[in-house]
Amino acid sequence: MTDVDVLVVGAGPAGLSAAAELRRLGAGSVLVADREPAAGGIPRHSWHTGYGIGDLHRVMTGPAYARRLAGLAEAAGADLRVSTTVTSLSSGPEAMLTSPHGRERVTARAVLLATGCRERPRSARLVPGDRPAGVMTTGELQQRVYLNGEQLPGRAVVAGAEHVSFSAAVTLAHAGADVVALVTEHPHQQSYAAFRLGAALRWRVPVWTSSAIRRITGRGQLAGVEIADLVTGAARFVPCQTVVFTADWIPDHELARSAGLALDPGTRGPAVDTTLRTTAAGVYAAGNLIHAAETAGIAALSGRHAARQIAAALVAPSAPSAPAALTAPSAPSALAAPSVRQSAAASAGPPARQAAARVRVCAEAPLTWISPNAVPTAGPVPGPPLGRFTLRSSEFRPVARLDVRQDGRRLALSRPVRLIPGRPVHLAAHWLARVDPAGGPVLVTVA
Amino acid sequence: MSTADVVIVGAGVVGTAIARTLSAYAVDCVLVDAANDVGTGTSKANTAILHTGFDAKPGTLESRLLVRGSGLLREYAAAAGIPVERTGALLVAWTGEQLASLPAVAGQARRNGYAAIRPVPVPELYAREPRLGPGALGALEIPDESIICPWTTPLAFATEAVLGGVKLQLNTWVTGVTPGGPAHELTTSRGALRARWVINSAGLGSDSVDALFGGDGFVIRPRRGELIVYDKLARSLLGSILLPVPTARTKGVLVAPTVYGNVLLGPTAEDIDDPSDTSTTAAGLSSLLAAGHRILPGLAAEEVTATYAGLRAATEHADYQIYVDGKQRYACVAGIRSTGLSASLGIAEHVVAELAEAGLPLVSRGRPAQVPVMPYIGEAGIRPYQVAGEIVCHCERVTRGEIEDAMSSVIPPDDLGGLRRRTRAMNGRCQGFYCAARVSRLFAGGRA
Repeated sequence: MTDVDVLVVGAGPAGLSAAAELRRLGAGSVLVADREPAAGGIPRHSWHTGYGIGDLHRVMTGPAYARRLAGLAEAAGADLRVSTTVTSLSSGPEAMLTSPHGRERVTARAVLLATGCRERPRSARLVPGDRPAGVMTTGELQQRVYLNGEQLPGRAVVAGAEHVSFSAAVTLAHAGADVVALVTEHPHQQSYAAFRLGAALRWRVPVWTSSAIRRITGRGQLAGVEIADLVTGAARFVPCQTVVFTADWIPDHELARSAGLALDPGTRGPAVDTTLRTTAAGVYAAGNLIHAAETAGIAALSGRHAARQIAAALVAPSAPSAPAALTAPSAPSALAAPSVRQSAAASAGPPARQAAARVRVCAEAPLTWISPNAVPTAGPVPGPPLGRFTLRSSEFRPVARLDVRQDGRRLALSRPVRLIPGRPVHLAAHWLARVDPAGGPVLVTVA
Repeated sequence: MSTADVVIVGAGVVGTAIARTLSAYAVDCVLVDAANDVGTGTSKANTAILHTGFDAKPGTLESRLLVRGSGLLREYAAAAGIPVERTGALLVAWTGEQLASLPAVAGQARRNGYAAIRPVPVPELYAREPRLGPGALGALEIPDESIICPWTTPLAFATEAVLGGVKLQLNTWVTGVTPGGPAHELTTSRGALRARWVINSAGLGSDSVDALFGGDGFVIRPRRGELIVYDKLARSLLGSILLPVPTARTKGVLVAPTVYGNVLLGPTAEDIDDPSDTSTTAAGLSSLLAAGHRILPGLAAEEVTATYAGLRAATEHADYQIYVDGKQRYACVAGIRSTGLSASLGIAEHVVAELAEAGLPLVSRGRPAQVPVMPYIGEAGIRPYQVAGEIVCHCERVTRGEIEDAMSSVIPPDDLGGLRRRTRAMNGRCQGFYCAARVSRLFAGGRA
């Protein structure tokens, strides 16, 4: 049995940045558990540069960035434990950990979930056909190439044309593969011009738009994929030895869900308010678990934001923003899933529920999600990380305005923004003070 | 070249069960398979249910061996550490036609010697399965239907056989047979084999092997079944196996928990020509999704972890094709369709008795059977991660120790697929996003 002030689950950019910030703010003992053999998260095996700009104000490669964040957290006095899996989370908050040293029960005054996200694999995308070797996600590809040093000779096809898809193409080229094409169902690619040009000019990778992989062929080893043209309906067989399914992120929400935290139907991560509190008392969430997937820098800043909220709650446990369970650790219903109308249910509920009093913030099609997705209604309302909400769209719109309303009343109308699937859209949070704590959910639509 | 007493062709769940049963006797036995592992055909890709045989056709050999075999396997699984959960099954009627046929299904179960089947009123059905889709009209409960690990089962049989002296020869494709006086000579992809007796348990290839002995009594008609495995987070949607009511038009699909804590949906049933075509199809998967969402609407919001297809070794006949020819010293064990896992030990007992009667000398080794204790990979019992360990595959919580144990086991895996079937590594929701590179490294290291 171990008692800590804060347990951080996941030592990626969000978790490590939060741990360093918690220590800096004097939040007490901080235990960071990560299931991988080294801290750092996804950047550990993402060899390209461009990391650190947003949060550390310097440019470095993924592995260097991962080492730097781990070093900062350790230097700040956080206890980093690798090869350590948090297998369950229950009210208290209390967690069970498995490591080579055995099982351990950890109680904490606050828990920060920073478990990140992953790409949905071929099976989840229901791509039919054979089940040969050579079919993988970018996460697997990067580890095979950069951690194992594997070569992948032959032709390769990349599913997706987002930022990460171009990154996969670069990794494939490093591994000796001949990248045939990036294949996207969208009518345009979705990456940043600078990154795209780099990949396209150096390796001359074509992007096949309005196309989809319809079937995988090969017994034992991949022989090729069938690619359909979504406009004409025509299908053709493209021989290849590797196919990488990129993007299509899903938060790693297993721990959150098994603990009974309410999930946001849009992000599919834990529903969090602007303080990054979940619906369970004392449990916070940050990083790509609540917005899959943003850049590592954004995840890191999200972790820092959560750290500041946690520190404030721990230092002044009677403040309105403090989750009730921090002073009443055994609240039995602390992990109960809330109703859709959390604000109405919570304002009439017992103290443990009042701690989670919030108005939901929802995004409507073509917007797919908004993060954070609630506004606290008790006490002062802090803004979201970086003072803005982050959204995603499923459609391209060259010019769009985001319309923010509660019960039909307009709270804000954004400046014109550009919507690109897979790319972030930001919404400034200056309207928070206008939210009626007793009102219905805030709806964000494309005007 | 030495001459074996028996060569068993085909190391699926049936061939390994026969080998395991024969290993109790002083018989020099070789078990061969064309693949690089045991249980790689029909045995590895099925619905993973330990059937009671309640719905078999009464009076058939299948019915008899299924009832006998499932009882034997239940006991064997408990001793060998094969994951089994007695979840029970509910056979749910969704149409008037299906409802009307429930009494006939119950009557058939009783004729098969299964008396525990009972009707379940609709309110009780929804009380037991609150997430069941609307519109169920009635149900039967079959309390002894169970779920089982289809991978550990043939592996346990083969392990017991090998420890008992059976020679396991993988990657060995039997291409020809010269039937002979004292011994048959088998031509294989890895040289010749001589055996006094040959047992054909070649599953999808059993008609080809049978033809080498001059048989022409049946033709294997592969019936493909596609299946969808849902994320473990869907497991709470159901308690029992939810069976369809077979009608004249369709056999329907089932939804079942798995011993790994997932939910299985399927199978489709499609007669195909190629006995090696285990590909899934867009039409098959979408028909499964439509059926699954009607049975258990909550599935629509859950992630799919895996899709696969298996081939049942069906023939033009309604029953097993099992016969032992003492003059030719040849046994054919074919047409086992979809019940081989549940019936395997019953089939083995039956075949070995027939062999003895046909003249195979069986002298007991005079020692009790050594049932191996297999690594436990189910969710119902204690797994290594619940004690200590470095978890390598996070989705399935497989420890490094489990992988190292598998690599040094009696029948080690020959590829990552074999490792998956022994440990569950890489079988989870991420399908290798996090762990495939590391597991591949451990696999390569374990072989070095």
